[in-house]
Amino acid sequence: MSSNAMTVKDVVKAGLWTEIPVLRLILGMCPTLAVTTAVKPALTMGLSVMFVLICSNIMVSLIRNLLKPHLRILMFTLTIATFVTIADMFLKAFMPKMSEALGPYVPLIIVNCIIIARAEACASKCGILVSAVDAICMGIGFTVVLCILASIREVLATGTILGIMVMPKSFVPLAAMQMPVGAFITLGLILGLVNFLTAKKA
Amino acid sequence: MSDYIIGLLMGFISIVIVNNLVFTKFLGTCPYLGVSGRLDMAFGMGMAVTFVITLAGVLTWLIDHMILIPNNLIIVQYICYILVIAGAVQLVEMYLRKFFPSLYESFGIFLPLITTNCAILGLCIFLFVWNVNNFAEAAVLSFGAGIGFTLAICIMAGIREQLKFSDVPKSLEGAPITLITAGLLTLAFMGFAGMIK
Repeated sequence: MSSNAMTVKDVVKAGLWTEIPVLRLILGMCPTLAVTTAVKPALTMGLSVMFVLICSNIMVSLIRNLLKPHLRILMFTLTIATFVTIADMFLKAFMPKMSEALGPYVPLIIVNCIIIARAEACASKCGILVSAVDAICMGIGFTVVLCILASIREVLATGTILGIMVMPKSFVPLAAMQMPVGAFITLGLILGLVNFLTAKKA
Repeated sequence: MSDYIIGLLMGFISIVIVNNLVFTKFLGTCPYLGVSGRLDMAFGMGMAVTFVITLAGVLTWLIDHMILIPNNLIIVQYICYILVIAGAVQLVEMYLRKFFPSLYESFGIFLPLITTNCAILGLCIFLFVWNVNNFAEAAVLSFGAGIGFTLAICIMAGIREQLKFSDVPKSLEGAPITLITAGLLTLAFMGFAGMIK
């Protein structure tokens, strides 16, 4: 990612596989672990993050020539905070139940390291088109990982996916999967699996 | 009066152990996994976070109750919070660079990243969500949250120092085994659940 001239093709590949958020870069852990008790909140969170990521990447890319180096992190967080406020108000107005379920984790998107990392690594160096594509791909990558983690946890904890029963009647739910323990251990094992597959391929 | 002090003490113990932000709310997981490689660094990080979190918790509580709520400006709450936190981190950074240059060097990028430590913003938001409307309580909870974070990150660093000598499966080395360890730690801390409201 150090090369200055990133192309659209590079960022698509990075966002969707080689640098897929959470799995490759251990960033953005709090929301990943906290909202993945079920698929629905995970999907909402993923889409909110994607919205903020796209807006902030475009905005940072627009002001990239005006940024002072020592103030840039502050500028990034302020830009992100503005868009998160918008997303938070949208959720409160149109999806009040979901907003309540996600609770403080919506404002916590402000400090999601993925968004700041993309502003720093991509948007502050590239043009608007590349930054926007980068944001979309990273957002999709993040959402997909959240949904995978959430479906594993939801199936094992309640036997359902998106509220639909998928397991046989004799299935005994594992309540621990809904607790912090389940989140940490499932993510640890998924990371291990990804490492294993990558090592096998090489 | 003594009831009041006992209440504060209970609040402190509750946020350090029973409702520890790292173990029950997943806040501050990034530095918790990233900086917990060595015990001395983990402790330094914990202290820096404790300082920032106490300062930020108290200041944002004051801003909330003196400026934002009376003037009905809750909408700019998050922006104010992040400004206060960034300012406090800048202060710590300058202080460390002047008085503890070696510690400053070893932190590297993780020091400015305290700004994006979710435990800090998370605590400020929780102080608002929990309707803490007493200054002393807000201060005690903020300080307790910092101590709780230090406790969590130091336990983790201690375990990881031992983990270096054990035989971990190749594909689980690094982040995966750290996450699994963290999971088992939360399991242990779940034993305290419900002890204090």
